[in-house]
Amino acid sequence: MPNSNQFTYRRSSWWKRNQQRLTPWIFLFPGLLLFLVYVIWPIFNSLYISLLQWDGLSPAIYVGISNYIELLDDEYFYISLMNNLKWLIFFMLAVPIGLGLAIFLNQTIFGIRLIKSLFFFPFVISQVVIGIIFSWFYNPRGVIGPFLDKIGLSNYAILADENFATYGIIFAGIYPQIAYCMILYLTGLNNLNTDQIEAGRMDGAKGLSLFKNIILPQLKPATFLAIVVTVIGSLRSFDMVAIMTQGGPYGSSNVLAYYMFETALSEYGYRMGYGSAIAAVLFTIMMFYILFFIYRMYQSEKKGL
Amino acid sequence: MVIVGGIKMRKILAILIAVTSLGYSSAFAGTLVINTDLTDPAPKAAFEWAFKKFQEENPDVTIEVNNFDHEGYKQAIRNFLTTSPPDVFNWYAGNRMLPFVRAGLVEDVSDIWSDSGWVDGNLTEGMSHAKKPMTIGGKQWGIPYTYYQWGVYYRKDLFTMNGISVPTTWDEFVAACATLKEAGITPITIGSKYLWTTAGVFDYLNLRTNGYEFHMALTKGEIPYTDPRVHAVFDKWDELVKPGYFLENHASLAWQEAIAPMVNGEAAMYVMGNFSVALFKEGGLSDSNLGFFQFPEITSGLPMAEEAPTDTMHIASGAKNKIDAKRFLIFLSRADVQEEMNKTLGQLPVNSGSKVNRDPFLEAGLEMLNNAYAMAQFYDRDAPAEMASEGMKGFQEYMVNPDRRDKILERLEKVRQRVYK
Repeated sequence: MPNSNQFTYRRSSWWKRNQQRLTPWIFLFPGLLLFLVYVIWPIFNSLYISLLQWDGLSPAIYVGISNYIELLDDEYFYISLMNNLKWLIFFMLAVPIGLGLAIFLNQTIFGIRLIKSLFFFPFVISQVVIGIIFSWFYNPRGVIGPFLDKIGLSNYAILADENFATYGIIFAGIYPQIAYCMILYLTGLNNLNTDQIEAGRMDGAKGLSLFKNIILPQLKPATFLAIVVTVIGSLRSFDMVAIMTQGGPYGSSNVLAYYMFETALSEYGYRMGYGSAIAAVLFTIMMFYILFFIYRMYQSEKKGL
Repeated sequence: MVIVGGIKMRKILAILIAVTSLGYSSAFAGTLVINTDLTDPAPKAAFEWAFKKFQEENPDVTIEVNNFDHEGYKQAIRNFLTTSPPDVFNWYAGNRMLPFVRAGLVEDVSDIWSDSGWVDGNLTEGMSHAKKPMTIGGKQWGIPYTYYQWGVYYRKDLFTMNGISVPTTWDEFVAACATLKEAGITPITIGSKYLWTTAGVFDYLNLRTNGYEFHMALTKGEIPYTDPRVHAVFDKWDELVKPGYFLENHASLAWQEAIAPMVNGEAAMYVMGNFSVALFKEGGLSDSNLGFFQFPEITSGLPMAEEAPTDTMHIASGAKNKIDAKRFLIFLSRADVQEEMNKTLGQLPVNSGSKVNRDPFLEAGLEMLNNAYAMAQFYDRDAPAEMASEGMKGFQEYMVNPDRRDKILERLEKVRQRVYK
């Protein structure tokens, strides 16, 4: 009897001793499992596929790194990479414009809520719809046609211009992104510490210096978040490109994500290996950014921010 | 415990029964599973009629149709052929079916074509002229049920107004373009956003300059894109592109959007397939001001081949009911069935015993194709997908920047060496 008592006592004590450590893992388990199956495994699987020559039907042939070697000599790949860079740079404009709009709208007058929600509206519309509407705008027979005529650009179709098609798409893409940044800043502005502003005013800060030294530092979390979502938004520029130009004219507005889709999964594609190689490059670029982001998060957590 | 176990057992049994009966029902002789992407109104109606008629004639067969949307089908076909093959599915002739045939996913139906062992089949008589695009490696892999012609659709009234008669030679064609341009009318409209329209122009220039055999050899990868004969095609193309005879900004327009200038009277011609007629008429044109002519001759004396993309039906190699599937394919190849279906489709029946709708465009197309030296499927169906996509990108780039011809052809040559190795 004492023995068996001891035994049950020990057993419950092992669980009791380890309960604190184990419980989080038990709760994390379903999520981790899904993460492994749907995120981690596909990453390694597509890295593996990038070493194959495979059309999805016939048996795959192992070709080593020759897909990557081909990438180095692929004009369209460099065009797509450059376009990704353009997206990254010009998409950033959404952050200051969003900030400007937020400050402009941060007033207490009658009906401001309605106006704020109207400004937020672009973010509510689906990207696909925005893409279609903007390609109608850009059509020389469309809305802006008559204005272009007046400035001597009659019959100019930006989406058919190999040098400017990308900017046309970015402009359409930035439209909802500004609304997103604006709403982030508006919430930030709501939480401003009024004491600090008062104190700043007493010390003689006003206008730009007040904004720069008192308000902007307080908006730092909002800025950080706005930059993060904008970078992510620019890297997933796939849908806009797919809707507005399909990478055209002749691949000049392609981005890596769409180029990957085009080679691996579109009607004329099914080069799974090559598409995966493009995906691997895109993944590497994103990885740099994600690591930087995690590092920053870790640093600010340490500081207790 | 016993009760719980009992419930569990019963559940498992029920599932087992459901699964096996499901398996049986699809394996049951007399059920014909057909996968299609024919969701547009006309094809849908045509096939509904055909399914009904087939069932009337074969009361022992039950038809089960799985309809996919058109774009999704191109992806879905790869999955369903490998994982759960239907008995019958629709696809396209030429190189488009090659990957599936090569992967062993399509059933050889040569016996239907030679009418051996089939009482009700009669393909040797009415369909033999369409055998070639269905043949890979000396065997036939499906049957065609409809096709349509390509050519030049034009505004009759604009031609008369400017004193132009239908051109039959290249010089007349270029002269007509010049006259139209001078009159402030865009001679040829085109929307190249989705690229394939450019291939229609290239194919015709190539078929007329170098002939059908050259077209087939080029799309089979036997001829370098830097070949002087390819350059000769682009020389002809230059005569249209360099003076600006094509619609401006075509790279930003879908083929349907490029119809608008012609409906508005701002453009006069469109190198297109017959499916565009419906859209022209929707836009307000009628038989009195919309006309059709054969793409004019370039190299004189060269036999005229035409573009006639063909839609086809195939049997999956993993089909469970191959007997009824073959009966269905034979049924679809019959003259009376093709006649009735193509009346609804507004296209041309492949079986030469079928009559065609009283429609000026179909009649013109039928006459042209009956006299055609040979029929090409279209650049993107004759050439493998990878080559086609790069090729059409190149054609579009050329049409915008004709000076880049050499660079483009060199790039295409690089692609050719990779694709066909």
